[in-house]
Amino acid sequence: MKRHLVSAADLTRDDALLILDTAEELAQLSGRAVKKLPTLRGRTVVNLFFEDSTRTKTSFEVAEKRLSADVINFSAKGSSVSKGESLKDTALTLQAMGADAVVIRHHASGAPARLAQSDWLRGSVINAGDGTHEHPTQALLDAFTMRRHLNPGNGRDLAGRRITIVGDVLHSRVARSNVHLLTTLGAEVTFVAPPTLMPIGIENWPCQVSYDLDAVLPKTDALMMLRVQRERMNAAFFPTEREYSRRYGMDGIRMAQLPEHAIVMHPGPMVRGMEITAEVADSPRCTVVEQVANGVSVRMAVLYLLLGGAVFADNAEPARTETNEAAQ
Amino acid sequence: MTAHHQSAPRPPHQVLDGTDIARVVTRIAHEIVERAKGAEDVVLLGIHTRGVHLARRLHAKLTQITGREIPLGTLDITMYRDDLRLKPARALEHTEIPADGIDGRLVILVDDVLFSGRTIRAALDALSDIGRPRAVQLAVLVDRGHRELPIRADYVGKNLPTSLREAVQVRLSDSDGVDAVLVGDRDYTARSSQALAAPASDTHPSE
Repeated sequence: MKRHLVSAADLTRDDALLILDTAEELAQLSGRAVKKLPTLRGRTVVNLFFEDSTRTKTSFEVAEKRLSADVINFSAKGSSVSKGESLKDTALTLQAMGADAVVIRHHASGAPARLAQSDWLRGSVINAGDGTHEHPTQALLDAFTMRRHLNPGNGRDLAGRRITIVGDVLHSRVARSNVHLLTTLGAEVTFVAPPTLMPIGIENWPCQVSYDLDAVLPKTDALMMLRVQRERMNAAFFPTEREYSRRYGMDGIRMAQLPEHAIVMHPGPMVRGMEITAEVADSPRCTVVEQVANGVSVRMAVLYLLLGGAVFADNAEPARTETNEAAQ
Repeated sequence: MTAHHQSAPRPPHQVLDGTDIARVVTRIAHEIVERAKGAEDVVLLGIHTRGVHLARRLHAKLTQITGREIPLGTLDITMYRDDLRLKPARALEHTEIPADGIDGRLVILVDDVLFSGRTIRAALDALSDIGRPRAVQLAVLVDRGHRELPIRADYVGKNLPTSLREAVQVRLSDSDGVDAVLVGDRDYTARSSQALAAPASDTHPSE
């Protein structure tokens, strides 16, 4: 594993499987009376959120607390950032306070990468979503959920599984991270969206593109709906919500076209009635709530693997652990 | 003996073979039944990796002796180790607690080598997060001494006084293809679990 987790593209197949397998073990913890491990005792993790987020922030916070880390929540609102402080100065402040890791969400794509490449911070940087760029832990929890349903077992990947991602691909960091990670794990990814919501240059991505959801459904093992990001819609990307809903929304009739074993996923928050009908959202095939629980396990795994071991010099690759070493 | 001879590493020699290990497991199983008065509330927990194989063997023996199914589980203590910051983060093994839990039961931890006692310390911490056993006992195949914590075993296969220069290798057919316990100088045993756990003299030798 590298020192930071900025992009899902940084993860090799082995790294990704190590995270998923570790998460699988850590998932057991949620069933225990004492949901806590002493692993990160004495380590400080800062949640640096420049953009509103309840789900991801809470998920990281729960993961950090379950590993006994000291958690500091820093949100841009009401902090010096709103007074005009730069990212660099914020980072230097956090460094001076002894942060071992910074979980950063930023509205600007590339902010976590800037932080990771700079020498402002000695700790690990974990990208919790940057602009329309990436959201690697979301992709990991999606892959974890898919593996549990489609190919359960430690050490297994998603080879040959067909994943369809539907909706606002243009603005979706979830889609970007997922396409990298899922292809690394051997899955075939198909994007379905109105042409206006497909990013320029998508033909260079390792995926298929379709504009017809109904044609793709029977060949889908996992269907991932994306939220239509109204807050990023600065132009008319589709005529009406009704038209979007009719062509790309998920309803009971479309769900019936999916193979029996297929699951319906959504990174949340769902816009019911437009992207997904209540019938689908509340069906047992919809994994939204499960994804939230898996998010905690996966984030614990990432935090443990980045922070749980020795702290190494700048960007140095830690020596590989011999399998025998775990023996004693 | 010359200085040259003193520094030359000795090759590992075998102290227990397959038959010895089988006999030791049988003896420990009988001791457990005797001390735990029929082993009615016993739960066996093997500590990864070789402790798990030994726990399975003990479990088979206990079932044979008592005619009852003794609950068997596995314990990974990685997240509770005190040397996590000395090495890269390692992959986790599978912890499996029997369905009825460990509350009010006599938990017998099973491991291959008892050395510094730090593994057992970590296992005790892990246990307290999982439940509240009536009592905890420890069964080990080999006790090689050099304790760094006030911990002792209740059932010992073989007491094996060693020097810190030496490494004890336990090989079990389940993971190594052969049953044997070997003792040799650390330099000879690059693949030994102890040698890897304490590669340099400036780190704490852990088990």
